[in-house]
Formats: sequence, structure tokens, C-alpha cells
Amino acid sequence: MDSHNIMFVILAVIILISSVATVVSKSIIRAATYLLFVLLGTAGLYFLLGYTFLGSVQIMVYAGGIIVLYVFSILLTSGQQEKLNRVYLMKKIAVGMSCIAGLGIFIAMFFKQQFLATALSAPSESDASFLSIEEIGKHMLSTGEGGFLLPFEAVSILLLACIVGGLIIARKR
Amino acid sequence: MFDFKIVTEWLHGALTGIMPEWAAILTESVLVALAVITLYAVFAIILIYMERKVCAFFQCRLGPNRVGKWGLLQVFCDVFKMLTKEIINLRNTDMFLHNLAPFLVVTASMVTFACLPWNRGAQMIDFNVGLFFILAASSVGVVGILLAGWSSNNKYSLIGAMRSGAQIISYELSIGMTMLTMICLTGTMSIQGIVEQQYAEGWNIFRGHIPAVIAFLIYLIAGNAECNRGPFDLPECESELTAGYHTEYSGMHFGYYYLAEYLNLFICAGIATLVFLGGWAPLHIAGLDGFNNVMDFIPGAVWFIGKTFFVVFLLMWMRWTFPRLRIDQILALEWKYLVPISMLNLVLMALLVAFGLHF
Repeated sequence: MDSHNIMFVILAVIILISSVATVVSKSIIRAATYLLFVLLGTAGLYFLLGYTFLGSVQIMVYAGGIIVLYVFSILLTSGQQEKLNRVYLMKKIAVGMSCIAGLGIFIAMFFKQQFLATALSAPSESDASFLSIEEIGKHMLSTGEGGFLLPFEAVSILLLACIVGGLIIARKR
Repeated sequence: MFDFKIVTEWLHGALTGIMPEWAAILTESVLVALAVITLYAVFAIILIYMERKVCAFFQCRLGPNRVGKWGLLQVFCDVFKMLTKEIINLRNTDMFLHNLAPFLVVTASMVTFACLPWNRGAQMIDFNVGLFFILAASSVGVVGILLAGWSSNNKYSLIGAMRSGAQIISYELSIGMTMLTMICLTGTMSIQGIVEQQYAEGWNIFRGHIPAVIAFLIYLIAGNAECNRGPFDLPECESELTAGYHTEYSGMHFGYYYLAEYLNLFICAGIATLVFLGGWAPLHIAGLDGFNNVMDFIPGAVWFIGKTFFVVFLLMWMRWTFPRLRIDQILALEWKYLVPISMLNLVLMALLVAFGLHF
């Protein structure tokens, strides 16, 4: 038992409890808050793996962006007593079935790929195999092998289209 | 220059001698956390006293001068008053979120605070994406503000929170842009790397001359807005919204907001120092070796804290000089002026670096 494993267990417990609370919670804004903890816990896992760039992106985009957007839109749309709809029996059964199926596939993959052995010997930032931010940037903008310029630009155009679309919807007529 | 690593390595060696490594790391983490919290409280007290005195002098008043010599004990009395006050529970509110919100705000600000470089080797969090991590960690605080406004079940708090959210999210953009401009100059995001580079080659504000000065000015404006401090303090403007999102908070829960506000000011100034004014790097003038050697004898922590308080003074000067803006003026200033200027500035800096015109 080393400090990596202890931290992993702490983060895993936080993520598990918050995920269940997100789904179970009746108040929509509380669900958003629990989701924030799930996302922060995931960022913690990335930091534990030594992948600080992805961890920072997780905090920046999800915790600082998406959750703020959720909370903002909840504040703009709903009143104080907004509650989620009642769940009917048929829906409960369908949800339960798909959850069990998803869990089964996940566990099967988990044991087949032997993730556990590699995940517990987590690398640190000083390792030679560690991917630095310079390399990420170069891969992101290169056209050669392992280059991501085309997807990168495609995503840029998608975002631009979203902005223009949002402006057209919000425009005063 | 004095390298703080000597102390940390000695401590690590001493601790690993008497306990297993994971326990040593755990003990060190607890010690560092205690150090962060202590520094946080001490700087809050200093900043609150400074704010009251600076504000008073700008308004031709004396400021606190009754408790202790020059009113030095005033802030300690305020802290004890706040600690002994009752925390009032409101009816018809979401108590869980109401109590959670101040902790989110104060935690985000503490994590950012832990990233500041205090001396060579004296840094708590040093990732290779350091600056990006600072931006990311500071963006979590706005969730706390929004939740505080919502869970207070009060129209004024909600309006204050919405304004604050809109303002912080917009001004984060130009802070990100100015950071990008400076990363373009330094070529690294690691905090210790940026400071070491400035120690060797001179402060970034001199190295990057024109675009760096423009970026510095934009950063000061956006930083003041990011801390919800006036001229951009309308999330909590007293005359129309009583106190904005923290109207319904009392006792130490209000105290956390107060603490976070002042420490965010310090963090904002600290990041300006780190990126533009050299962090703990002393002032070096090329060619004057004797002068440079003398400057090296002053410890890095003194340089860092001194420069940070200089920037804090600039921010306070701005706060107490300009009148408050309206919400549409604030958003227009950001989206119509600061964002385009900082984008052009980024291009200018990229050209400067590409043609090697920096020092």
C-alpha cells in the first residue's frame, strides 16, 4: 500500500458517492453540484496518473465551464421549487436493465485487458515516457503521422458554426 | 541566490529516516497545507489593513487609527468579531448548498494561492502546465458564487451572483489571452521555468517591451474585474444590491468570502508578478555586475512579496480612483475593447518572437 493507492481509493470513493448522489438527487441544482465533485475527482485521477495537462483541461472545461453553464442555465430558467419528474415503474425497469448491461460490459473489459496491474504502477511527471505539453502542441498542429491538424480545424469550424448559430438565435429582430 | 530546496530536501531526508516514504510524503503534504493556510490568513490580515489605509488616504481620511498604534490591531479585532458571530440559518433555503458555497470559493482561491512561486525551490505546486493549472483552478470559484446567490433565496443575491458570473466568465477570456501572449514569449508554462528564465534574461515586461506592457495593462484591468473589485464591483454594489451574493451570509461564512476576495487580489497581483515582473527574480541590469551581485543578496521571497504588494497597490489605486461601471459598460469594455486588443496583441507578440525582436 503506497500513497498512490491511498489517494486512488479516496478519489474513487468520492467519485462513486457523488455519481450516485447526482443520479438520486431530486433537486436539479444539487445534482449539478454533485456532478462538479465527480468531475473534480476525475481530474484528481488524471493528476494521480501524472497527466497534468488532461487534469487541468478537465478542471478548466468541465468544472469551470460546463458546470458553470449548467448552473447558469438552471438559474435563468427555473424557480426555487423545481423538481425532477416522477419516475414510473416501466422506466425504472428499463434503466435498471441498461445499467446492469453497461456494468457487465465494463467489468468484462476491465478483467480482460488487465488494466489493474498497469493503473496501479502509475507514472509520474518526471518519467521519460511522460508526454510534455510541447509534444501535445506539435501533434495537434502537425499534418504528418500522428498529426491532428484536420480534426483540430474541423472542431474549430464546428465551434464557429455554434457561435454564429447562437448569435442568430439571440439576435434582436 | 538562496535555494529553498536545501530546506525541503533536508526535511524529506529527516522524515524518510524515521518513517516509510508514503507516510513521509503524507506528513509533508499536511505541513505544506498548514503553511498555505497560515500564509493565507496572515496575508488576508495585512491586505485588509492595507486596503483600509490606502482607501482612506485616497479619500483624504486617516483610516483606522484608534486600536493599537496607527490602528494596527483593528483588523485582528475584526477577525475575532467575525469568529465569534453567530452563523444564521435561513428558512426556505437549500442549507447544504448554502453552507457549501463559501468553501468552494475559498478552496479554489487556496489552490491558486498554492501555485505562487515564493523563492527559488519554494513552490508547492509546480506542474509543467503550471500557468494553465492556475487559470483552471481559479475558474472553479465562480461556481461557488453562483450557488451562493441561488441558495440564498433572495432576489438581490441572485442578481448579484448572475452579474458576478457573467463578469468573471467574460474577463477570464482576456486573462487567458494575456497569459497566452506571455507564454508565447517565454515558451514554457512551468511556473518555476518562467521565473528561472526571467532570472537569467531579465523580466518579461522588459524582454517583451511593447506587447508585454499592453498585456500587463490588460491583465491589471481584467484582474481587477476577476476579483469583483471596483470599478467592476457591481456584483456586490451596496447601493442597489445591498451586498450582492453574500448578503445572506453571516459570521465566518461571510468571512470566507471576505478572505477569498482579498486573497484573490493578492493572487491576481502574484500572477502579474510571476508572469511580467520576474517572480522572485531580482532586478538585474545588463552590464552592471556589481549591482546585480548586490541585488542577488536580497532573498527571493522579499523580492516576490515586495513586487506583489507593489501590484496590489496599483490595483487598489485603480479601485479607489475610478467610479463604478454599469453592467452593460462592463461587458462592452470586455467584449468590444479588451478581447480584440488582446487578440491583436497576441499576433504582435507572435511576430515579435518570430523575428527575434525581443531582448
